[in-house]
Amino acid sequence: MAELLLEAQGLHSFYGVSHILHGVDFSVARGETIGLMGRNGMGKTTLIKSMLGLVRPRQGSVRVRGRDMTQTAPHAIARAGIAYVPEGRGIFPNLSVRENLVMAARPGVDGRKEWDFNRVMATFPRLGERINHGGGQLSGGEQQMLTIGRALMTNPDLLILDEATEGLAPLIAREIWNIIRTIRASGIATVIVDKNYGAVMALADRSVVILKGRVVFAGSSNELTDNEELMHRFLGV
Amino acid sequence: MDLAFFLIQLLNGLQYGLLLFLVASGLTLVFGIMGIINLVHGSFYMLGAYLAWSLAGLTGSLAAAIAVGIPLTVLFGMALEWLLIRRLYERDHLFQVLLTYGLILVFEEMRSILWGDDVHGLPVPALLNVSIPLTETLSYPVYRLFISGVCLLLAFGLYLLIQKTRLGMMIRAGASNRDMVQSLGINIKLIYTLVFAIGVALAAFAGMINAPLSSVFPNMGGQVLIICFVVVVIGGIGSVKGAMAASLMIGLADTFGQVLVPEVAGMIVYLLMAVVLVWRPAGLFGKA
Repeated sequence: MAELLLEAQGLHSFYGVSHILHGVDFSVARGETIGLMGRNGMGKTTLIKSMLGLVRPRQGSVRVRGRDMTQTAPHAIARAGIAYVPEGRGIFPNLSVRENLVMAARPGVDGRKEWDFNRVMATFPRLGERINHGGGQLSGGEQQMLTIGRALMTNPDLLILDEATEGLAPLIAREIWNIIRTIRASGIATVIVDKNYGAVMALADRSVVILKGRVVFAGSSNELTDNEELMHRFLGV
Repeated sequence: MDLAFFLIQLLNGLQYGLLLFLVASGLTLVFGIMGIINLVHGSFYMLGAYLAWSLAGLTGSLAAAIAVGIPLTVLFGMALEWLLIRRLYERDHLFQVLLTYGLILVFEEMRSILWGDDVHGLPVPALLNVSIPLTETLSYPVYRLFISGVCLLLAFGLYLLIQKTRLGMMIRAGASNRDMVQSLGINIKLIYTLVFAIGVALAAFAGMINAPLSSVFPNMGGQVLIICFVVVVIGGIGSVKGAMAASLMIGLADTFGQVLVPEVAGMIVYLLMAVVLVWRPAGLFGKA
């Protein structure tokens, strides 16, 4: 099996007094694409934040490239090669499009510089037309491209996309899916959270389904699509 | 009022305003980026003045005192942020006001222990201790022009740092979304420490170069702090551009007020603040 980039074991996380994650295991190997699924409020975003150091799990461990990083600062976890495209996009509205990209630029863990400003421009020509606009002036689809482009500027080995197509017009969403396919084909591992389960499973090597803070399914995407009962029970499809 | 007299007041007003900007810019940055109400900011101005006085006594020149003093104040600012201020980011403004007010008392007491309670004067550096004659009776001191020039240079440098460098982009990004900045692999804590230290150093530097004009005395930080809060409020909290506009407005209003309407000179900057706030409740460049 390929090297594990990210490995969470037995995570228990809380928001205030509410117990969100109940002992979640999750892992991503190099180059792997994982669909992380479950209805709203089941703990997908909390799981991601717990692995990125943005929420501190009360129990359990997070290992990045085999190193324990459960208590490590979020910036150091990111520097281990993990990029994050959060739900709601998280662009900096007070920075221009160019600044949003340039401020994030850095070589990857092994010094790779595959992604730079010019390559992001070539991948997202629409951003080029808006290069000096403020981040807050962009449309939802453009903001999403900017967040993905900004994440790529860090030359990650793993890209985590949380609801990347949420609220986008179908045509724009299709464009984003094409971009995600390109990124996947370039060898970057991805974790995809999206309401469009069909599109996720078409891309994912493995699928993980979370129900009320517990992993209720982990396996190949085919296994899940073939099992109507699981699809209905866990995802309401 | 003849032209030469007017010119002198204009230059004095601008010089005072630019000096205020150096102190107020740090205050507004620390509020705008880290969300901290920093009451102890005026003490850094005082610290600068006392450092200039004591180091100039040791080294024999104000320039040498500044060269030694600035690195000391940067280190002091970093240590203070690291030890105390960073514990306030996640907390309510009440905690911030309590701690930073307490620090004012601590620093005043330290000043009293280390440097005593006397008023001290500091000579204007000999090289700059000349005046430009304007009329037969009026002239303008070069040192004041020098202060204005240095403040303008620093203000321009600050503009470049914040608007044009990657560090500046990270600083601004940190003001809008701290978690996201970290998730891009940027050490936001280090950036906060740097921003705080820059603010401390700017305020201390203002105290240093102004020491020959203002003299050095106990509680000098308090006066500056209050007027700087007026600047920050008029300019719009968190806006460096606003701090510049408001500093100049206050510098000019205060200077001309003392000459033209001395009876109400003490009130004039507060009247100005009231008028601006009625017109624009969030300040000149503030976001409502």
